[in-house]
Amino acid sequence: MAFRLKLVPDNTSYNFFRWQWLTFGISALAMVASVVIVLVMGLNFGIDFKGGTTIRTESPTAFEVGDYRQALNNLDLGDVSITEVFDPSFGETKHVAMVRIGSTDKTGSVTPEQLNEIKAALKTVDPEVAFPAVESVGPKVSGELVMTAFYAVGAATLGIMLYIWLRFEWQFALGAVVSILHDVLLTVGIFSLFQLKFDLTTIAALLTTLGYSVNDTVVVFDRLRENLIKFKTMPLIDVMNLTVNETLSRTIMTAVTTALALGAMMIFGGDVIRGFVFAMLWGVFVGCYSTIYVAKNIVLWLGVKRDWTKPGPKEKSDVEDIPAAFRDAP
Amino acid sequence: MLDIPLWKRLLILGIIALGLLCAMPNLFYSRVEQHNDAIAAVERNGFETPEEAEARAGWPDWLPSGLVNLGLDLRGGAHLLGEVHVQDVYKARMDALWPELRDALVAQREVVGAVRRVQAPDGQLAVEIGNPDQMAKAVEIARGLATPVTSLSGAGQSDLAVSANGSRLIVQLSDAEKAATDDRTVQQSLEIVRRRIDEVGTREPTIQRQGKDRILIQVPGIGSAEELKELIGTTARLTFNPVISRTSDANARPGMGNVLLPSMDEPGVYYVIEESPVVTGEDLTDARPSFDQNGQPSVDFRFGPSGAKRFGAYTSANIGQPFAIVLDDQVISAPVIRQAITTGSGQISGSMNVEDSTRLAVLLRAGALPAEMTFLEERTIGPELGQDSIDAGRLSSVIATVAVVAYMIASYGFFGAIASIAVIINVILILAVMSMMGATLTLPGIAGIVLTVGTAVDANVIIYERIREELRAGKRVVKAIDDGFNEAMSAIIDANVTSFIAAMVMFFLGSGPVKGFAVTLTIGLVTSVFTAIYLTRLMIVFWLQWRKPKELIL
Repeated sequence: MAFRLKLVPDNTSYNFFRWQWLTFGISALAMVASVVIVLVMGLNFGIDFKGGTTIRTESPTAFEVGDYRQALNNLDLGDVSITEVFDPSFGETKHVAMVRIGSTDKTGSVTPEQLNEIKAALKTVDPEVAFPAVESVGPKVSGELVMTAFYAVGAATLGIMLYIWLRFEWQFALGAVVSILHDVLLTVGIFSLFQLKFDLTTIAALLTTLGYSVNDTVVVFDRLRENLIKFKTMPLIDVMNLTVNETLSRTIMTAVTTALALGAMMIFGGDVIRGFVFAMLWGVFVGCYSTIYVAKNIVLWLGVKRDWTKPGPKEKSDVEDIPAAFRDAP
Repeated sequence: MLDIPLWKRLLILGIIALGLLCAMPNLFYSRVEQHNDAIAAVERNGFETPEEAEARAGWPDWLPSGLVNLGLDLRGGAHLLGEVHVQDVYKARMDALWPELRDALVAQREVVGAVRRVQAPDGQLAVEIGNPDQMAKAVEIARGLATPVTSLSGAGQSDLAVSANGSRLIVQLSDAEKAATDDRTVQQSLEIVRRRIDEVGTREPTIQRQGKDRILIQVPGIGSAEELKELIGTTARLTFNPVISRTSDANARPGMGNVLLPSMDEPGVYYVIEESPVVTGEDLTDARPSFDQNGQPSVDFRFGPSGAKRFGAYTSANIGQPFAIVLDDQVISAPVIRQAITTGSGQISGSMNVEDSTRLAVLLRAGALPAEMTFLEERTIGPELGQDSIDAGRLSSVIATVAVVAYMIASYGFFGAIASIAVIINVILILAVMSMMGATLTLPGIAGIVLTVGTAVDANVIIYERIREELRAGKRVVKAIDDGFNEAMSAIIDANVTSFIAAMVMFFLGSGPVKGFAVTLTIGLVTSVFTAIYLTRLMIVFWLQWRKPKELIL
């Protein structure tokens, strides 16, 4: 027999509801913790959302962040932060730093004169320094971008919810939305916890994650619907367990291929894109978890229509031996 | 599901062949780019230089020559988001209306009494009239000057909103006219910006209107956003005005109809000039950088016939008087008229270097912006950083593909190899569609392609897992494969539609790199459904018909 790599054996029958209170509790706790972390530590907003200027410096010789700071201290720029950037591809002859200057006045970013002063000041400490990227965003735009980001996440959630509602049932839609919320909160939470730069591309990553996570959930729902038709008398909880076990191999398989691809990008894709890829990679893990432990638990608690052959819950005989909690409301 | 008619097989293979053909130019990126540039240059200039002929011959004409555009973050260049101060135009309109309104009111002096313009916020024209009880008549006169708005949405409405407050008559643009004016102002600004950028001849600039009053400008290959800003951020409104007096008092009161403007070169020197110009930059037909008699950089200009006539008449009537050359509310110089200038040409000199005079000439040729423009967002990416990103993106795409292929083959053997071929063709199809559409590839877009490599196999995984189950249930090979494809279909469609919704939201709400990412993601979704459903199935059907397997280990 040919060799097959199987991370999940055939015909599993794990009971995914055995620890349902624990797993769901962990999810709920993680969500609350994320909110608390964001409230306490705040997000490290990039200039897209906060306004200001970033300057990327690149030098063939090693530098001290302190020297750079010293050089800029005399310029009266307000809030300046300097971070050194590391990447395996840089080697010995490439030293990169990001200099970020907060918005100084109402018009936003630093003026061209200030920019020249900054460049000149850095050149005095490090004559070989070059400036491969300079970006500035005024507060007017950044305010709008914050709103756009909110709208984007909201619109995507709403759109997905509507679609699932149309294709399945409202319970499924609600389950998917709670798992979206879970994924979004946990992603925002980890960005706050590690103070990673949160900018427009992070929102794009968040939306992609959201699509991926729902994609995952929908595949499970699709099978659940099929099994609900097939096993009309089986208790809902058992149908769900069966469904998750049947789709487990696929869930893991896809998570692994996606993680492999993103992992390669994370390691070799360069520092410019790393935050973006990290957000997606994290989203894949969270999304995978929420598919198995969040979305369908919601559906289980809400109960679901059992007869998919005819519109409306009419045939009493099919729902007889289902616990009352899982029956449709009359 | 497994009998695929011949025409369908040919269609599937045809689409893939077309995709390969359209994606191919990207392998020879610089050669095809030079070829395309040469063709564009020949079209523009009407003749062909030997270098252009050589560049054009570098790529055969009969092959597709569409390329994936590289975004600024990959190619390097400058990005600016400008906001047009559309309200500037309201003020100019009101100032222009004043003489007309004054004449109309003065003609009815015995009814409305004496008229006097009074201070009012910008964009409003306030007039004090002598007989407040005859205000109704004044309002009627002012309304008589209004014309209908010329726009689709505002058709039938008047362009002026006239109201009265005590003895004051207040005139301003109506909302419909404001909307129409805003639109025109932004259109004009867009056109002027385009002309200015074309004048300096950079390649493939993106100049787009964004929202109500914004203009997005992306110029690949330019050194910095500062350079670009100097070129397009200057209003470049040139006027020639009569000089009333020269003073060093910054707070001097210029009097009604006059303005106090600073000198550009001499600090602390101010000129009081008449606000309405004799001639303006709009009357210019040409402007060239040159040198004056002292060898200093200057700009030679030439008026059109009507401008030349007015300028000639004014100079012959005012010999011995100074007049001011004003650029964007600064007096460049105020020479004294020595003789009538009837030739219609002249020279602007002041303290400028060769770069300044060259730029001023470009600005004067392209025309003035109708309103001031400020910049809300500026980004400069160096070409080296872009190249680094391309290299890193390329390396990580290859590694990601190899990893996914290896994992798929380890998991599904021969079927895994089929899925891998489908994934690689999928990436090629993404590039082909982007080349045909002329879509822009950004760094997040590359990440989108890499992500697609990971998720595109998902559809195959769903199908294969299903086939495995059917096989385990004891079905025969062909039946199991057939059922596997059939049963997996609804899951694949549902799953992709949800991703599609997220991608659409990003496309409509995002900008720049995010939009590029959404485009790549959307194209990737469509092509991956195609390759997973049609191409893999076709390959499996070929295999089934060739080997007629009795059993299958998946």
